[in-house]
Parts: sequence; structure tokens; C-alpha cells
Amino acid sequence: MTTVDVVPEESTTWRRIAQGYQTFMSRHSSTMPTFAAMAILLLLFLGAEAFLRGDFITARNISALLLDNAYLLILAVGMTFVIVTAGIDLAVGSVMAFTGILLAKLVAGGTPAYIAVPVIILGGMAIGLLTGILVQYFDVQPFIASLAGLFLGRGLAYVVSLSSIKVEDPAILWLQSTRIRLGEWYITPTGIIALLVVIVGALVMQFTRFGRTVYAIGGNEQSARLMGLNIARTKVAVYVISGLCAALAGLVLTAYSGAGYPRNGIGTELDAIAAVVIGGTLLTGGRGYVLGSMVGVFVYGTINTIISFKGAEQSWTRIIVGLLLLLFIVVQRYIVGRTERRT
Amino acid sequence: MPADNAVPPIVEMRGITIRFPGVLALDNVDFFLRPGEVHALMGENGAGKSTLIKALTGVYAINSGTITVGGEPVVFSATADAQAAGISTVYQEVNLCGNLSVGENVMLGHEPRSALGIDWKATHAEAARHLAALGIELDTRSELATHSIAIQQLVAIARAMVLDSKVLILDEPTSSLDRDEVELLFKVVRDVKSRGVAVLFVSHFLDQVYEISDRITVLRNGKLVGEFPIAELPREELVTKMIGRELDELTAISKSADRKIDRSSTPVIKATGIGRRGILEPADIDVYDGEIVGLAGLLGSGRTELVRLLYGADRADEGHVEVNGEPVKFTNPRHAIERRIAFSSEDRRAEGIIADLTVEENITLGIQARQGWLRRIRKAERDAVVAEYMEALGVRPADPSMIAGNLSGGNQQKVLLARWLATAPELIILDEPTRGIDVGAKADIQRKVAELSAQGLSVIFISSELEEVLRLAQRVVVMRDRRRIGEVDPHTTDLDGLVEFIATSGEGNAA
Amino acid sequence: MNTVIGAVVRHRLFWPIVALVGLIAINGVAQPRFLNISVRDGQMYGALITILRESAPLMLVALGMTIVIATRGIDLSVGAIMAVSGAVALTIIDNSPAPGSLGTVATAVVTAILVSLVLGVWNGFLVSVLGIQPIIATLVLMLAGRGVALLITGGFITTVTSAPYKWIATGYVLLLPVAFLIAMAAVAIVAVLERRTALGVLTEAVGINPEASRLAGVRSRGIVFGAYILSGVLAGVAGIIVAGNTMAADANAAGMFIELYAILAVVLGGTSLMGGKFSIAGTVVGVFVVQTLEITIIFLGIPPAQSPVFLAIAVIVVVLIQSPSVHRWARRVRDSWRSDTPAGEETKAEVAS
Repeated sequence: MTTVDVVPEESTTWRRIAQGYQTFMSRHSSTMPTFAAMAILLLLFLGAEAFLRGDFITARNISALLLDNAYLLILAVGMTFVIVTAGIDLAVGSVMAFTGILLAKLVAGGTPAYIAVPVIILGGMAIGLLTGILVQYFDVQPFIASLAGLFLGRGLAYVVSLSSIKVEDPAILWLQSTRIRLGEWYITPTGIIALLVVIVGALVMQFTRFGRTVYAIGGNEQSARLMGLNIARTKVAVYVISGLCAALAGLVLTAYSGAGYPRNGIGTELDAIAAVVIGGTLLTGGRGYVLGSMVGVFVYGTINTIISFKGAEQSWTRIIVGLLLLLFIVVQRYIVGRTERRT
Repeated sequence: MPADNAVPPIVEMRGITIRFPGVLALDNVDFFLRPGEVHALMGENGAGKSTLIKALTGVYAINSGTITVGGEPVVFSATADAQAAGISTVYQEVNLCGNLSVGENVMLGHEPRSALGIDWKATHAEAARHLAALGIELDTRSELATHSIAIQQLVAIARAMVLDSKVLILDEPTSSLDRDEVELLFKVVRDVKSRGVAVLFVSHFLDQVYEISDRITVLRNGKLVGEFPIAELPREELVTKMIGRELDELTAISKSADRKIDRSSTPVIKATGIGRRGILEPADIDVYDGEIVGLAGLLGSGRTELVRLLYGADRADEGHVEVNGEPVKFTNPRHAIERRIAFSSEDRRAEGIIADLTVEENITLGIQARQGWLRRIRKAERDAVVAEYMEALGVRPADPSMIAGNLSGGNQQKVLLARWLATAPELIILDEPTRGIDVGAKADIQRKVAELSAQGLSVIFISSELEEVLRLAQRVVVMRDRRRIGEVDPHTTDLDGLVEFIATSGEGNAA
Repeated sequence: MNTVIGAVVRHRLFWPIVALVGLIAINGVAQPRFLNISVRDGQMYGALITILRESAPLMLVALGMTIVIATRGIDLSVGAIMAVSGAVALTIIDNSPAPGSLGTVATAVVTAILVSLVLGVWNGFLVSVLGIQPIIATLVLMLAGRGVALLITGGFITTVTSAPYKWIATGYVLLLPVAFLIAMAAVAIVAVLERRTALGVLTEAVGINPEASRLAGVRSRGIVFGAYILSGVLAGVAGIIVAGNTMAADANAAGMFIELYAILAVVLGGTSLMGGKFSIAGTVVGVFVVQTLEITIIFLGIPPAQSPVFLAIAVIVVVLIQSPSVHRWARRVRDSWRSDTPAGEETKAEVAS
């Protein structure tokens, strides 16, 4: 009792078109979320322009956009490294506050800036190192380990000072008050610091073995280890980098506001995470770009600017960012689901 | 083609002993790998195969014995040491990074650099070169994850060549490959072999072992049984050496498959044109009371996809299903369970056993889920059910409070089966129930299935071991490339006939 | 005898209880009046009683968090839900003509709980229906929720006077604080719900292996959904109590960081963040440890703002104790003490990479 069924034929013309599309997608599918972010940013700009009757896309506003969010930009770069390894760093906001107020206190006490700044950078890196060691050598989940960092940073900030400290040191103030003009555009040293961090971060991720190891760990840590990469050192290093960025952000924020304030940065780690995710980095690790995170920061900043232009409550920013984050996640899931089904 | 015995082995393992708490995993085992030779390592689960390989790859430290590579004694304290000594491994789960490009995976850690960092153009060029040397053409800039497992394995082999490996270990490489992909893999392996690399091949597919290997080493219960050139070891002898007893037990089971099935009454389940876009072409299948219907085909032929659609684990786009004559629509496993249909999944670890729960909790999960969360099954009843099925299937150790994750593969499969049998199903779908478990447990499970079907239980049985399907089933539905291509009668078809049918029919040939 | 001691030490609750007792002992030694309990006007007073009362909001939130974590999820929005709940309750009382009446208070409480339930449904929907990762899904509400609370209170900190409402947070029944009794009642209800029915086992199954549970016929989606609803409702109750403490709805500060304290308490109690097996008793002990730690800090004269440093140390100590690598190291040390042969020779082969 043996039966045989008939098999139909397939067409080949469509196949060639599909082939070209498939090649493109197979090479660049992980950049799709970042392109989506750029599209959203563009829409936001155009929308704001229309909404605010042609007053939005000016050189002045865009320069301000960078400078107002310079601290977040730096945080987002460090956070990108961590999240690509499938980790997370909840401590960055608190470390930023701690290093910020420590800087203010040191310079107020007479320490010259060229000593105080390296000190706070080392401080930020130390907390990052602690988190990294807990994650790598004690199998602690990044969420919990950086939670410890968050508590530590916040508490230490208050230990340094229970109230804000004004900064009078000329070197620090110079970072914010100097404006380098180029026509209508302007930038301050803090903005330059932020851009430098972005550029260095992007180059490291793309062109160094360390950066590629970061991606490998996020893609499949077990495989990366078996392929002979130095996992331990890299995993600890990304948290140190995040701590370094938090310290730089503390410097930038303190210069920007002219004072250190222990209550700074509450919830800022979430803003950084939101910016990084909106920028196209997957929380599951292995995919994401520093430049994408920069786009994400600008999305956040633009929303903030639009809200304050309209004179609405600041609380709306968080709500809208929250909803936007949600939208991005849903779309990311959809795209990831489609590429997975194809293979 | 036997290798030249005058060539000294590249790897010499002598007197290897590895002890774990309570268990002697390897007892004074000798093992040699010669360059330019494919050497198969055979043994049942628990024989010590994977332990021996882990000793060679630096995962386990040895308690006594020596390992020599290229004439130099070595001590591996980390996997990096083994790699540095020129030993590369390609695992079943392909240990590469799917999110990186093909070229990057091949060259990872060894990318050519310029003053400014990694030179990507040179990297991809070199990767393409290594792939071409193996006869593989791929877009090196494409993401690895967009390729099939078979291709990914070949990329892993190319990487091993980049590392200038002297030894290539292939650990169960063909489990997820179809016939064509296995051919491609073997072509590459022969190529690698001709370059003087020593290949260690681990697989439980006897046909493939005989096709590609030059030599076989057999382990049993942690001890070395012997090393044989392939020509001197016929298959029945090999199996006997592996399990230490004859195959009669397994052949006895085939007697029960000769029952008469009444196909005039309503089938227990009848599916017409069931399919899902991109997953399965519309297919038909029906099962009668007390019948065992086998699903045969190669990996990727759509057998699992078909039964998942039948069970409601995945949603069908089209088609019509009737249970005992009544039309039904399964969009969810729970609907099927209500209709007394059970499904034991292919991947018992990922989709079957709840590892951290006890054996008792695992077995009662099916009946508890059906009863709902509110009404807990009383302890006395739970204990009775668990005791009954643990005894009937021979679960070892017979401790219901043991954590299920700690049981061996064979016993986990039995626990999974117990879970489903406890729900007293009318129809049970078994997807690869005997994969990766030792021959003893295999026989136990097959015997139980035959017994239950004689008592009226209907079964759909999927197995990659075609002999198993022919032995147990009363009818065999054959699939290829995500469609049903026909049906064979196991009483009049032997293994060769079935293989030929799978390979050729649907193109105008009647078997 | 050895095995009994061994079993006790290995019990999941051993170390948390030791930590709790240790903390209380330190306090008792440093400030003997810490252990004093006095009774006045039908109410118990003392540092220990304060711990019981102040732990109520965290207890409620941590209880919900335990179940959510068991399903392999997390709920970062509980602080925001607390803020919203408090804002809703107090705004209703503020806008009513009879703020002191039982009816108004009842309406306020019920409405606040219903709103929290809706927020829980929102979270559950995102996670179980849309399949979004819990950390992101609840992050959305965490970011947006406080904004919503601010909108409800109109940006101001609403201060309200209402005796029946205040009683919820500060009153006593049978010598014990009402808030504490509410929390304990919640613990009892959830414990019975999880362990007397099959809900606990099914929740653990879903957390350990969601796909296997689905194929086995477990209503995974419903269980996950329910976990977030439970967490939302409990957070709502906690928010009512917190608002009652100050009789002011501070949308920004209410419940700030409580999600982190809750996660800490759950982890301290032995439930793994990876999901699966959970322990309500463990969470209860964990909450008391965290709360006692806070009080200890205040008793030691340290400004409360600096207390996070000690919490950080507590987190580090706890995770080190629970860390598998520390266990392995300790076992190796213990083995080398036991026999003459150096560690590693006689014992099992170790994973070497």
C-alpha cells in the first residue's frame, strides 16, 4: 500500500529579486532598528518645525540640543558598551552625582582642577570595577551588581555633602562658559568632550579586538569563550568604561550647572537605557551602535525641548519617552521575529 | 582507506582516569589520533565519550594518565590551552556568534590589523580564502545567523583551519542536517583529512560512521573495549561491543507491530490539508484506534511541524481536523489536551522537562494543568499516580522527590512519557522519544509504546532512526521538504526501500 | 546530629534569619533601649514595633515582586503605581465635601486599588500578550507613571486631613499597627493562594520553563498576567498606606527606589532572579532585614540620606554569600583542611575554563 503525491514547480523570476533583498538584509539587519530611530528623529524635527511654526530647526536650537544633553550622551556611550554585552548598569546616575559633587567639593577646598578631575574619574572607574568584578568573578547578575553600585554612589554622594556645592573654579567653569562659534552654530568644551567620547566609543566598537569581543560576548558568551577570546577582562572592562563615562558626565553636568548636587541623576540611568534602546541596541545584547545611542539621546532631548517650548509640564517628557520606548520595543520585536522566522 | 600505521599518532592519551563524586567516568583509557585519518569514538550515553573529549579539550582535568600532542606531553588547565596545542572542536550547537558576520566569525581574534585598527577588507578577503579552500562559497559579510546550522558548522570548520589545527573534533555534527548537508559536510571533512589533520568523529548515526570513518574506538562503562580499523568491525559486532548484549530484545518488539487494525470505523484523528505558510505544505494524516502511525523523513522534512500543527502548539493557516468524527479547531495545546491528545516534544530539555521541579511535580504537571490552578490534586492521589508510572516505565532512581534535572536523558524521557500517560490520552504523539538515550532505555520505551497501543492507545511516532519506525508502526507516512510525499507499508518495505522512497519518490517513481 | 545541623544550615532561610537576628543583636548591644517594647493607650511602642509598621509598604510590594520574579519577570513600575495610587486616593478625598467620612475614604481606597489593578493589567498585557521583555515593559510605566501621578495632583503636593484615612497608616488594632496587620493579611492570603492551590507549582513551572509549561497545557499566559495584576494591586495598597503616613501625595518621591529595595528583599530571601522556585517566607524575612538595616542606620546616628551605602554593603555581602563561585571556593578550602592531600588532587575534576 504505497501512494505517491505530485510536486508543483516554483517560479524563478521572483526568486532573483528576493535574492537581492535577502543579501542586503542578511548583511545589515541589525542596523534596521537604528535606521528606524533616525527616521523617528527626522519626523520629530519636521513635526516640531511644523508644530512650532518654523522656529525649531535653527542652528541655535540644535547647538543647545547637544549641550543640554551632553551629560546624557556620555552616559549613553558607556551604557551602550554594557548593554551590548547583555548586561546593564543601573549605577550611572548615582555615580554621576557622586563624582559631580566630589569634584565640586575638591575644587571648593582648593584642589586644582587638573588633580581633581583625574581623581573623580578614578572614583567612577573604581565603582565600575566593583560592579564588573561582582558580575564576572562572583556570577552576580548585572542588575543586582549595578544596584549595589547605585546604592553606593547615591550614599557616597550624600556622604560628600548633604547639600549642593557651588563651583567657582575657573578651569571647570571655562568648560561651559567658553563658546566656540561657527556662524550661528556654537559649541562648548563640554560639547566637544561629549562628541569625542562618542567618536572614540564608536571607533573602539568597530575597529578594535576589544570592541569586537564586546559584540561576541553579547551574541553568545559561551561561544566567545570557546573561541579563545578574553571574556573575563572584557566583561569587567565594560563596567569600568561605564563608570568612566559616568564620571565624565559628572564633570560635564557640574560644569554645565555650575554646582554639584547630590540629588542629581535620580532616574537618569533609565533615561540612558531608554536612549540606548531607542537608538537600536537590543537589551538582549549583541547588537547596537554607539552612533545609534547618540540618535536616541537626541530623540530624548528633542522631546524635552518641544515640551519646554510648549510650556507644558516636564513630567510629560517622561511619559512620552516611556511611550516611545514602548513603541520601539514593539517594533523591534516585530522585526526580530520576522528575521528569525526566515532562517 | 586505512591510514598508514607507520605514521606516529598526533595525539596520544594513555591511562586516562577521571573520577567524579560517586562515579568513575573513565578507567585507564588509551586513545590515539593519527594525522590524515577520521577516527570515530563510539559508546552509549554514559560510556565516557564526552568525558574523554572534554579531557582532550581542556574542560576536565584528569586524575591520572598522560596526554601527548605532537610528541610533547601537555597538561590542559583551560580550553585555551587545548586550542593553543592545535585542537579545535565543532560542537552540535555550533559555538560561533550568530550576531557577527561569517567572515568575522572565521577570523575572530586573528583579524589582520592596520595602524588604525582592524582592517575589515583584508579580514573578509582572508576569510573568503579559507572558505574557498574548503570548497565553500559564502557572502562573508552576511550575518552568520541568517545561515542554516549546516553552513554554520562549515564556517566553524573553516575557523579551525585558520587556527592551523592539527586535530579537529566533530561532536555530533549531523544531528540537525539533512542528507545533502551531510554530503557537503563529509566532502569538507575528507578535504581536511587530506591535509593531514586528524579528525575525531562522534556520532550515533551508524551509517554515517561507517561512511566517513577509517577507525573506531569503542568505550563501555568508562573502560576501553578496543580500537578497530573500520573494515574489521561489522555493524552488529560494533553494537554488541557497545551495549554488551545482543539485539534480540529490540527485534522482539517488532512482533507486536503485526496486529490487525480496524480501519472501517471513524479514525481517532483525521486531518485534511493542514498547513501553515512557510512552515508546512498542506498535508493529510489520519490515525485509527490502537494504531501506531510512523512519520518518516529526514531532518527538516516537516514531521515535527506537522504534529505541532495537529496538536495546536503552532497555529495552522489552513486545513480541517476531526477528532472522532467531530470537527475541531486547535489553537492552543490546551484544546488538544481537553480532547485527550498528548504531545511529547522533540527537545525534552527545552520543551519537556521542568528541570528544577521534582520528578513528582513533573509527572503530575499534565493532569494538574488540565484540572486548573484552583483545585490542587490531593497528595494521596498524586503519590499513587506517580508510583504507578515510575514503576511501569522503570524510572531510575525511583525517587519521586528527586530534582528532574539530575536524571539521565533516558530517565527524563520516561518521566515525560509518564506525564502524558497519566492524562489517559486517546492519542499520543511522540516526537523523537528515543533520541540521545541509551539502548536499554530505548528498548524500555519502545516496549511500553507497543504494549499501550495493543491496549487501544493510538500513537503517532516520529524517529530519525528509520529502523525504529519500521519496527513499531503499522503504517508509515513519509515526508520530505515540508510536504507529505506518500505512505509505505512497513510489512512490505525494508530499510533500503524506505530510504529509496524518501530520496526519490514524488518525482514520478513508484517504490 | 551532624545531618540535622547540616540540614538546618543548608535551609534556604538560614542565612537570612541569621542576618536578621545579627542586626537586631547589634542594635540591642549598641542601644539597649532598642529592644524595649512598651504599651500605652492600647498601642505597643518601641523600635521593633516601628520596624513592623514601617515595613508594611515594602512587604506588600516585595510580596508582589516575589511572584512576578518567579515567572521570570520583574516589575520596575511598583514605585510609580504607588505614587499614582496615593495621588488618586488623596485627590478624591481632597475634592469631596466630607473628607472625614468613612464613605469618602472607602470610595477613595477602592478607586485607588482599581486604578492600580488597571495599571497591573497594562503591565500584564505588555508582557504576556505582546511578549515584551518585563524589564522594558515595566520600565515604560516606571517612566510614564510618575508623570501621570503628577498630572493627577496637578503638580502640587496635595495635603489632606482625614482621620479615617490616616488611621490606615498610623492606627493600631489589638496593640499592633494596622498597616502591619494589612501587610500580614496580604502575606497570608497570597501564601494560601499559592500553596494550597496549584498556583504556586504552576507559577514555578512557568518561570523555570515557559515553553514546556505551555506544551503541557499550563495556562502560562494567564499565570504571568495574574502575577503582574497581583503586583499592581499590592503596590496600590502600599501606595495608600504611604500616602496615609504623610497625608500628602508627593508624586515625585513616593515609593522612590522601592522597587530596588523590594528586589533586594526578594533576593535576600532566597528567590532567584532567574525565576522558578520562590519563597514567600524568605521574602518576609528579607523585608525585615532591609527594614532593620534602615533603622540600624538611623540609630547609629547616620543621616538617612547616606544609608544607601550600607544597603550597598548589604547587597554585596548577600550576593557573595549566595554566589556559587564562593561556595566552590569554600568547599575547596574545607576539603583541603579535611585531608592531607592538597586541594584538587583527591576531589573531583573541576571545570577548567
